[in-house]
Amino acid sequence: MTIPKRQGKGKNAVLHRYLPMTEEDKQEMLKTIGVASIDDLFADIPEQVRFRGELKVKPAKSEPELWKELAALAEKNASVKQYVSFLGAGVYDHYIPAVVDHVLSRSEFYTAYTPYQPEISQGELQAIFEFQTMVCELTGMDVANSSMYDGGTALAEAVLLSAAHTKRKKVLISTAVHPQYREVVRTYAKGQKLEVKEIPYDGGITDLKALEAEMGDDVACVVVQYPNFFGQIEPLKAIAPLAHEKKSLFVVASNPLALGVLTPPGAFGADIVVGDMQPFGIPTQFGGPHCGYFAVKAPLMRKIPGRLVGQTTDEDGRRGFVLTLQAREQHIRRDKATSNICSNQALNALAASVALSALGKRGVKEMAAMNMQKAHYAKVELEKRGLSSPFAGPFFNEFVIRLGRPVSDVNDRLLEKGIIGGYDLGADYPELAGHMLVAVTELRTKEEIDRFVNELGDGHA
Amino acid sequence: MRNDQPLIFERSKPGRIAYSLPALDVPAVDVSELVPADYLRTEEPELPEVSELDLMRHYTALSKRNHGVDSGFYPLGSCTMKYNPKINENVARLAGFAHIHPLQPEKTVQGALELMYDLQEHLKEITGMDAVTLQPAAGAHGEWTGLMMIRAYHEANGDFNRTKVIVPDSAHGTNPASATVAGFETVTVKSTADGLVDLEDLKRVVGPDTAALMLTNPNTLGLFEEHIVEMAEIVHKAGGKLYYDGANLNAILGKARPGDMGFDVVHLNLHKTFTGPHGGGGPGSGPVGVKADLVPFLPKPVIEKGENGYYLDDDRPQSIGRVKPFYGNFGINVRAYTYIRSMGPDGLKAVSEYAVLNANYMMRRLAEYYDLPYDRHCKHEFVLSGRRQKKLGVRTLDIAKRLLDFGFHPPTIYFPLIVEECMMIEPTETESKETLDAFIDAMIQIAKEAEENPEIVQEAPHTTVVKRLDETTAARKPILRYQKPKHSDN
Repeated sequence: MTIPKRQGKGKNAVLHRYLPMTEEDKQEMLKTIGVASIDDLFADIPEQVRFRGELKVKPAKSEPELWKELAALAEKNASVKQYVSFLGAGVYDHYIPAVVDHVLSRSEFYTAYTPYQPEISQGELQAIFEFQTMVCELTGMDVANSSMYDGGTALAEAVLLSAAHTKRKKVLISTAVHPQYREVVRTYAKGQKLEVKEIPYDGGITDLKALEAEMGDDVACVVVQYPNFFGQIEPLKAIAPLAHEKKSLFVVASNPLALGVLTPPGAFGADIVVGDMQPFGIPTQFGGPHCGYFAVKAPLMRKIPGRLVGQTTDEDGRRGFVLTLQAREQHIRRDKATSNICSNQALNALAASVALSALGKRGVKEMAAMNMQKAHYAKVELEKRGLSSPFAGPFFNEFVIRLGRPVSDVNDRLLEKGIIGGYDLGADYPELAGHMLVAVTELRTKEEIDRFVNELGDGHA
Repeated sequence: MRNDQPLIFERSKPGRIAYSLPALDVPAVDVSELVPADYLRTEEPELPEVSELDLMRHYTALSKRNHGVDSGFYPLGSCTMKYNPKINENVARLAGFAHIHPLQPEKTVQGALELMYDLQEHLKEITGMDAVTLQPAAGAHGEWTGLMMIRAYHEANGDFNRTKVIVPDSAHGTNPASATVAGFETVTVKSTADGLVDLEDLKRVVGPDTAALMLTNPNTLGLFEEHIVEMAEIVHKAGGKLYYDGANLNAILGKARPGDMGFDVVHLNLHKTFTGPHGGGGPGSGPVGVKADLVPFLPKPVIEKGENGYYLDDDRPQSIGRVKPFYGNFGINVRAYTYIRSMGPDGLKAVSEYAVLNANYMMRRLAEYYDLPYDRHCKHEFVLSGRRQKKLGVRTLDIAKRLLDFGFHPPTIYFPLIVEECMMIEPTETESKETLDAFIDAMIQIAKEAEENPEIVQEAPHTTVVKRLDETTAARKPILRYQKPKHSDN
């Protein structure tokens, strides 16, 4: 069944609930324009490219019918709320305070566009200003922008900024950085003809000797992740001087939740810190939209990509907020812009701000600590069952475990038990075939962890 | 109306919380035992400390200081600020869409892959292209993705000398910026007095170094490039590719398709034409469609339909690579799909018909009061010039600010750059005649005020929570974050 093509009769006829014009309205408007039909308004489309007939798209469904169909389609997916998930690898199932969605559902926020008219956009502008402040606080950096698409493209933009700033073409990136982030960096690098050199890992963290050997006056930036893809805490303190000695920029991709317990990269001298705010109030939603963040030290302020909100005053001296330093951006600089980013992820930045405000100073620390404690509990329990990890270093909420069997087989069996297992590292790291990357967030209960350990430990899974 | 709104940090009081986490149910281990001393955070981030009610009041107050489509008319040209259907929001929040992990086994996300595949099929049909990728996160991201594919295509043909991308002088700023990021040089082609690309100038700039021509059609003046077939021929003959900036697709759904016009690559802004909400600046979604000869270069992974269901194909040797982690802004794609399925073929066609009807109606009614630089039928948007009012000392910026007093979001102003004192108005199809008339009446009143009482326009807005803001000082002495006052906590 589909909805009728026309609803109502005669002059009162309308076509759709989203299309308010009645037949009478239409006739009046055509008269004002001075044409006989709507088709006359399309007469400038050359005959040979005019589309005739009907698009072969599915016929319209009424609201209840469509809801039923799409709800059934959603049911075909196994959600992390229905299953017990130990899957992370850059996207995490975390506590989302109920307030987050209530704020996001305020349509004054979600139906607005970029705050180009500050007088009627103070709400959005202030929310972004608060977001920028929170990112600075978490990362220990001086300036943060209003957000980027996601952590991966934010990292690619950090690499482009580094190359433009240092006028150098070589990028050193640790293989312990998220494999998909590295792929995105490589794609962006192609456009700018940058050389991307990967630095191997050793014992789960970036191989410092290999890094030192590659360092030179031609290196635009050194890129590591903190905690890295394996969950390990990279020794930023030792890496920063290696980068700075050659006047290269030090770029750190960081899970912002981990910074609730870890010393922020800014404190170790990072020049650019990027990452994804997804752990704060943003659902996994099949990988997007999430919310990249981008923070720099003060000297790079005027080179930061994307939109920035600044505080100012109105004619009466009242505090207000505006988009600022726009001379950096594509709509002003056009082909001279170093980034083409136009939109941001404002609504998800708002989600992250609300979640960070709800958690607050105490909650962020408590949640981060809880992630760490539960992940460590899981690892210890797995080790008690004879499973081992190839890496011994300190880690946050993710760790690598050796299964000695194909991870996909194990995950198939886990699925039958209602568990979504960890990430199969073999695809990206052939040497880690049979190794699983396990994420344990605050949402996993002891009972769930014990079940997972039992399944893996007794060899059934 | 004027009032101040404290920052969330200024509402903060040590000790207050707005969260609820379960008690730790695994053996407590002090974090300091798990993290080496150097890496254990000692200085806490200054995050807010508020109760749940304080939090809601804060953000509710902020929302009241913001204008969205649901608040009132929003004729921001080139942005397609149409109604954002509520069923879209509900569908995107279904657990089976909102709470699935991108790295789950494929067999556990068949519903999501099916939706993405079917959305691609629909977008292919709507644009007349052979394949679509949903990966790009936004329009500008789609532009860069498309240009990277064009680069890969030329290079695969052993053609390394195509270093230039041609863009019209009326183009969106993202076009030249995307070309630069993709490693191309930008060449500008002029517009004629009729507001269309100058074919003679195009012939002059096109050559063996042309990688592509980027075009918005209808263009940013709201005019259909009626010589599109000749333009495609000129560019293709020179060996270049034709790129379609889909920002203005809302004008031609079911009426004309970029693929039929000769375009090789198309990006779409699902947050414009297909009602993904703008979200205050994003997230958007910028799928890219291509013709068959560019298919090998699509970003990976590509969704395929096999005997055992849908799967993600990573084995794409000629792919430009990954442009984004995972598979695009799925949540926005769900909304766009819901919209397309709510409209059907005749509904989509009606969208463009009414978008164009509304724009032409407004244009004709306003032409008497403002200069109309291009006097011909427009498509979904049109431009007016405020040069008549400028002579009276009233700038387009003033007109925009005065519109705020009537409860309207102003049009896009000072763009395209080729029109003096430009106002670019896009009503969209979801507005009623009463709303259009109310806006027209306000514009007419402002035109009269400019003649009789210009101060009221020059000093606008009069009714907003703040007056005009000092943007110069904001840029000269940037304050980009809140700093806690020293010695404030005792």
